[in-house]
Amino acid sequence: MTLARRIIPCLDVREGRVVKGTRFRDHRDMGDIVELATRYATEGADELVFYDITASPQGRGVDVNWVTRVARAIDIPFCVAGGIRTVDQARAVLHAGADKISVNTPATRRPELVTELAEAFGVQCVVVGVDSLRDEDGVWRIRQLTGDPDATRALSVTTLDWVRQVQEHGAGEVVLNCMGSDGVRQGYDLEQLAAVRTVCGVPLVASGGAGAPEHFVDVFRDADVDGALAATVFHSGAIPLPALKRTLADAGVEVRLTPDMAA
Amino acid sequence: MSGPRVALVDGGGTNIGSVSYALERLGATARLTSDPADILAADRVLLPGVGAAGVGMRRLRELGLDEVLHQVQAPLLGVCLGMQLLLDHTEEDGGVQGLGLISGQVRAIPAAPGLRVPHMGWNALTGLVQDPILAGIEEGERAYFVHCYAAPPGPHTVASATHGAPLSAVIRSGLRWGAQFHPERSASVGARLLRNFVVEVAR
Repeated sequence: MTLARRIIPCLDVREGRVVKGTRFRDHRDMGDIVELATRYATEGADELVFYDITASPQGRGVDVNWVTRVARAIDIPFCVAGGIRTVDQARAVLHAGADKISVNTPATRRPELVTELAEAFGVQCVVVGVDSLRDEDGVWRIRQLTGDPDATRALSVTTLDWVRQVQEHGAGEVVLNCMGSDGVRQGYDLEQLAAVRTVCGVPLVASGGAGAPEHFVDVFRDADVDGALAATVFHSGAIPLPALKRTLADAGVEVRLTPDMAA
Repeated sequence: MSGPRVALVDGGGTNIGSVSYALERLGATARLTSDPADILAADRVLLPGVGAAGVGMRRLRELGLDEVLHQVQAPLLGVCLGMQLLLDHTEEDGGVQGLGLISGQVRAIPAAPGLRVPHMGWNALTGLVQDPILAGIEEGERAYFVHCYAAPPGPHTVASATHGAPLSAVIRSGLRWGAQFHPERSASVGARLLRNFVVEVAR
């Protein structure tokens, strides 16, 4: 037995509540953050990502009160994304009990931020989120400010070059959000993830496109990612975590089964 | 209310919040401290640590806590970097002398094709040796690891994990233990190990 592939539910947080929107708009309240986090932890999630959707577009830092509440309640690792632009903001989130912090747009503006975070907290704490889309010339390039569709900008750096760069700067993990497949629920972008895998020596997490249990099997088997992130399919109950873990284990993917799944 | 008093040694790490919350969930009283008297009076002493070995050791020395940790008679547990610092030496940061409380070396996890560093995620505990800190934990159960350096298995290893090569997951010498994984983030397996440390291990 060796390292398990990770299943990572992602929760959007606004003002301490979990919300769900359609393409970042019309947010609907999904419930109390601690309640949902505890449910996922109990059901066998390997890790959670909380994306603070109020913090980033409005230029605010993360409100650490809810981070503390989550840290007190759950006993699996979690990462906080959104609104972290400085070492001090990252420190506040980590001291509140988060295990990792994730930066995206701020890293595209100032890649040295990744180095500063890695030097302050160790590479294992530093996740870089990458929003990527295939351009008309067939090349994948990164986007910034994706939290607000009106503000989103395409950058000239290719996704593969960017993933190489952030590792040199000290990223300990890369979350690749394939924007072309995001929200469509037709499966992860296996071609893009497999391409990024070849240049990514740190753990790689797939994001965008999960719609069915087989999509998780495919992404682990064909793109060799270390983790798969999804939101809607978990929040809606379309894919229960225990059943997903069983499907993966039956397909020969190494996963963590909790005692109640083993039966 | 009269649960065991656990001193969390304040070495400047960042996972102190999660460790103290995990102890609270077990009914222990956890207190973050760098006061030698506090540390020496505690029923249990826990050395957490996230970050780099060089900074971590320098801070312990500046506060005089390296000497204090040598004087601790109560059960002592180092977690992650805290475990690595209990050993003699680590390759991290160009080479750093550890506390030497348990004999052993810490080395960089060697790069290999297909092997991701950091070693991050849930890995199986294997080669379990009977030890009070492992009571109730079964061979093959998974714990959450996140690290770039590791101690190869040696005479003090009581549980291992494999990431490319085998590594020490739990070590023990006398009343000193170390866990390379994060018990505070390892669901029921981690809670069991912390509970064993707080309740089961003999004083």
